[in-house]
Amino acid sequence: MHYSPVALHIPDGFLSLVVSLICWAITAVLLAMAVSRTNKSLGEKQVPLMGVMAAFIFAAQMLNFPVAGGTSGHLLGGALAAIVLGPWAAMLVMTAVIAVQALLFQDGGLLVMGANILNMGLITAAIGYGLYRGVANSSRNTKLAVAGVAAWLSVMAGALATSLQLWLSGTSNLQTVVIAMLSVHALIGVGEALITVAALAFIMQTRPDLLDETSASARGGRGWVAAGVVLSLAVVLLSPLASAFPDGLNRVAEDLGFIHIAQSGSGPLAGYSVPFFADASLSKIAAGMIGALVVLAVAIIAGRGLQKKTS
Amino acid sequence: MHSDAFDRYHHGHSLIHDLDPRVKVVVTVAFILSNALLPDAAWLAFLLAWAFILIANALSGLGLGFTFRRSFIALPFALAAITALFSIPGAPVMSFRFLMQDFTITDAGLLRFVSIVIRSWLSVQMAILLVAVTEFPKIVHALNHLRVPTILTVIISFLYRYLFVLTDEVMRLLRAREARSAGAAGKRGGGSVMWRARVVGNMAGQLFLRSYERSDRVYNAMLARGYKGELMTIHPHRFQAGDLLIGLLALVCLVLMQVAGRLP
Repeated sequence: MHYSPVALHIPDGFLSLVVSLICWAITAVLLAMAVSRTNKSLGEKQVPLMGVMAAFIFAAQMLNFPVAGGTSGHLLGGALAAIVLGPWAAMLVMTAVIAVQALLFQDGGLLVMGANILNMGLITAAIGYGLYRGVANSSRNTKLAVAGVAAWLSVMAGALATSLQLWLSGTSNLQTVVIAMLSVHALIGVGEALITVAALAFIMQTRPDLLDETSASARGGRGWVAAGVVLSLAVVLLSPLASAFPDGLNRVAEDLGFIHIAQSGSGPLAGYSVPFFADASLSKIAAGMIGALVVLAVAIIAGRGLQKKTS
Repeated sequence: MHSDAFDRYHHGHSLIHDLDPRVKVVVTVAFILSNALLPDAAWLAFLLAWAFILIANALSGLGLGFTFRRSFIALPFALAAITALFSIPGAPVMSFRFLMQDFTITDAGLLRFVSIVIRSWLSVQMAILLVAVTEFPKIVHALNHLRVPTILTVIISFLYRYLFVLTDEVMRLLRAREARSAGAAGKRGGGSVMWRARVVGNMAGQLFLRSYERSDRVYNAMLARGYKGELMTIHPHRFQAGDLLIGLLALVCLVLMQVAGRLP
């Protein structure tokens, strides 16, 4: 059975108790909202649909294509699910996928499941849907382009959130983990974006009714656009900051006293850089590349948005 | 593919198999929670936790080494913790040169790294044991009893039930791609990365539509069989005194581990 786990599934033991519980609390609140919204807006018939869609995301993650050097690209699906099913339903569907991966395959832990759901299910759905919703009335090509950028950003956001949680737990060095995670996922994100765009194009061509104004995907309000943009901006601003100037973030976490609570059981882990990445040129280059990619993505979104207004 | 292709359940009748699933879920989560609470380098407590797992293994009749053999699944993630070796201040244990860089492993860093890996390795074993001795629908049913929203448990049940059907669908799509992709030995397959990604995108879109349409048929078929919006079970869970006793005993063991972990 081909089943390739993604590097974002955090196992138990790698996050501190405080960080795990905070992530569970955020996840629980968002899921409670998702449950009450879906219970209100969906008919009984939609529940089996969501179940089969969850199985679809799970199965679609097995589709892969060779990229280069034995690595292969494949789908995570958060953005695609949100665009097709709507944000709340997508959050529930992704939660079910992550829960089954953790319970059945031990791919991701139980105590840290809140963090995993947050990183791979909730943030990805909010960015994927928010950005796509912003251009819902634009041309087909604009929608596809924005969906691609949103898919890429959603993967980056998940990777960044994972890195920050690992850092706050005292498991990893901030700069190293951010650079390592973001550079790997910048590539994985490209695969995600390409597959998401192609899959959406296919659905638009064959079943446009599933994506039109009256469909489930059009049910989210404009607030999602704000959420998507804010989260994207957070990725854009935090990634270069954390990879180029980790001391700043360390300082903030220390001033707030949060880092001591989060790393309970271990000594403070302030701005010690790892020799390998202390090599300034290397880390700066990596940070610069990531920053540039992120800025490029934002420029594309902004450009599309402006284009829409003027046309 | 058979409907139980993804099952991790091992049939059997043992003390652990027959325990109420709610007790098993609660004890598993409590065990993982207890691991997270243990301070670094609490060797005695780690040893006790491992003994706890071994006893649970033995009681379940799956053999002492059952969970150990499958427990390395989370190991690749240890890479994320490797920086702890070098970045926590402490007395140097060893230094080496690698890629023209000096690395110094500190004693505090080593303790932290080893503790993280041990915690993770213990936790994953318990999770493995849970699914090996409890049928998955029973776990989901227990989650429902433990106040997980019904809509989520129903989605999870459907996911579990239809996963093998859609995996079959994926297999057919992959086989069709293989059949249409001729390749000479030693030569790179055709098409650019973009083109390959588009093919996979079309496959994902195709899979989506097939799943979407199948869910309609699934719903109608379930209506015909008396589906009323929730999943039923023929195994109503009855909490018995024995379940409570074993659950409490396990929790007492966990408290003892915590005490052992904090002894000076």
